[in-house]
Amino acid sequence: MTGSEENRVLRIEGLTASVGGIDILHGIDLEVRPGEVHALMGPNGSGKSTLAHVLMGRSGYEVTGGSVTLDGVDLLSLPTWERARAGLFLALQHPTEVPGVSLESVVAEAARADGRSTDGTYEDLVAEAARIGFDERFLARALNVDLSGGEKKRNETLMLGSLRRRYAVLDEIDSGLDVDALAAVARRIQEATEEDGLGVLAITHFGRFLEVLEPDRVHVLARGRIQVVGGPELAERLEAEGYTGVLAEAGASVGLPTGVTHPDGHEAGFGEDPFADPLDR
Amino acid sequence: MAGVVVIRNGWVVENTLEARLAEAGMTIGAVADLDDGSDHLGSVIDIPVDLFGHLNRAYGPEPVAIVVPDGVQVDAPVVVVVLTDADASAVFPRVIVRCGAGATLTVVELHTSTDVASLVVPVLEATVDRDGHFRHALVQEMGPRIWQLAHQAFKVGQSGTVEAFTAGLGGDYARTRIDCRLVGRGAEGRLAAAYFGEGDQTLDFRTFQEHAAPDTTSELLFKGALDGSSHSIYSGLIRVRPEAVRTRAHQTNRNIKLSPDAWAETVPNLEIETDDVVCSHASTVSPVDEDQRFYLESRGVPTRVAEQLLLEGFFQDVADAAPVPGVAEILKDALIERLDRRTGSSPSEPGSGSTGIDSATGDAGSAVAVGDAQ
Repeated sequence: MTGSEENRVLRIEGLTASVGGIDILHGIDLEVRPGEVHALMGPNGSGKSTLAHVLMGRSGYEVTGGSVTLDGVDLLSLPTWERARAGLFLALQHPTEVPGVSLESVVAEAARADGRSTDGTYEDLVAEAARIGFDERFLARALNVDLSGGEKKRNETLMLGSLRRRYAVLDEIDSGLDVDALAAVARRIQEATEEDGLGVLAITHFGRFLEVLEPDRVHVLARGRIQVVGGPELAERLEAEGYTGVLAEAGASVGLPTGVTHPDGHEAGFGEDPFADPLDR
Repeated sequence: MAGVVVIRNGWVVENTLEARLAEAGMTIGAVADLDDGSDHLGSVIDIPVDLFGHLNRAYGPEPVAIVVPDGVQVDAPVVVVVLTDADASAVFPRVIVRCGAGATLTVVELHTSTDVASLVVPVLEATVDRDGHFRHALVQEMGPRIWQLAHQAFKVGQSGTVEAFTAGLGGDYARTRIDCRLVGRGAEGRLAAAYFGEGDQTLDFRTFQEHAAPDTTSELLFKGALDGSSHSIYSGLIRVRPEAVRTRAHQTNRNIKLSPDAWAETVPNLEIETDDVVCSHASTVSPVDEDQRFYLESRGVPTRVAEQLLLEGFFQDVADAAPVPGVAEILKDALIERLDRRTGSSPSEPGSGSTGIDSATGDAGSAVAVGDAQ
């Protein structure tokens, strides 16, 4: 749509950002091309969710430098909804409950804003629900209201499938899902990369998710920078060895500097490793 | 429609009733024209509660009574239009309803005006007899220079039910007092209201849920959105009399501020004179939820449309509580009209974070969304 194949890329260059006056991202460089799957891993508090929110333009996340372009379009100059229209989808780690607003109306209004037909929106949602084994009766509920954590994540996947954006940032879309749902969600995203050429940036802690999703590249984020980049084998190594070992080998430390408060309010932990055996510390 | 009454500047100018219902003994008309008309005056409000009530009683030229005999079921609504088009006047319409034992009745009132600067003091008094079921919906959509001081009073007998809904949209200053007196065992009152203030409107609601008999139930849900520098005041009292054991009474008032200059006050009160009751009240005033708006925007929904969806969602439960089908549609249309007006008239109002509006509202939003959001 915008220019040649060469131009078709979600490109993040030298991106720095702060939250509440605290610098969180210290220069992120990352490129996602259509059909590619990039996994973004890293210890808690490393800036993964901040990156996701910055890309979608959430208020409170201030970009202090760098650029983000989507197929040549400068994303950072656009309001959130136009970023979506430009081709970006963000699956939230904690999908918001919206009482009184239906899934169908949101998807229909998004289509209307895109200049697409809203005919068959519901039928499309039903078909998408079937693809991930999501009960059709959930479609009638207000958005995410009275859904379990796992159901909310399937709801996100449903919208990802239905909205058909060109790039998707998935902020732990795998958390809260049971084994079967995890496989169904990962499979649906994998299919979108093949059928629609969806480019994926998947923030995840789970190797199991990546077994189905098969990332082209794995990036490890720590202290607001991408410290290590590798192929799928890197995810396996992280699963086996934890962040501390892998990052130390790459010459990087793990956590935020001590004394820094995480934007969520808690004291930033040093080297919390979600894969480490809690009895082995 | 079962019947139509048009009250213009306080005078009855039209008055029809389906023949079938007239044969069944139902009557509609000016009190003076009814055989037992004077019995109905003051049937709920024996002593006016304030000066304006007295003025209505003194100067109301032609009170209207809608009387449904015992056991008669009126399925279609009676429509009452209260029209004010006299400038610089004071208008005192009064509607009196009697829903007989075991009878059912639905009344839809539309209070409207031309753009005149007048005082309107409408009074409704409705009696619901044993096992009667009265549904009432009132849409107040008067002009921007009207001052309104309204009083609705319901008295519900044993096992009777009243469901009342008010949409408060128009007027410069619009005050509505609603009394729901549950006087018979097992009586039930469901009160709902939706209001939307814009410009420098003041919308004022005062409610009384009075439980004067055992096993009575009242539910109240009032929700409002305030834009511009409009004000709303909600004050409500649940009063449980000593004899009203096993009362269940709930009162909820929620407000959304769409502008930093808007102001909403909410004052819930309980006065309970017996044990063995279940009562609750809740009230909130907050801006449009930032997270919800971001969530919808992240799906590609333009800011203005996202706010419209959120407001429709906010009003959804109260619209569902309206006892007359179609009121939800009226409310939705009024909402869209006001949101259009708002983005059209003040595109550059630099909202702070708390307004729920940010810079995204301005230029690009209108090109895509305005006009085709049906």
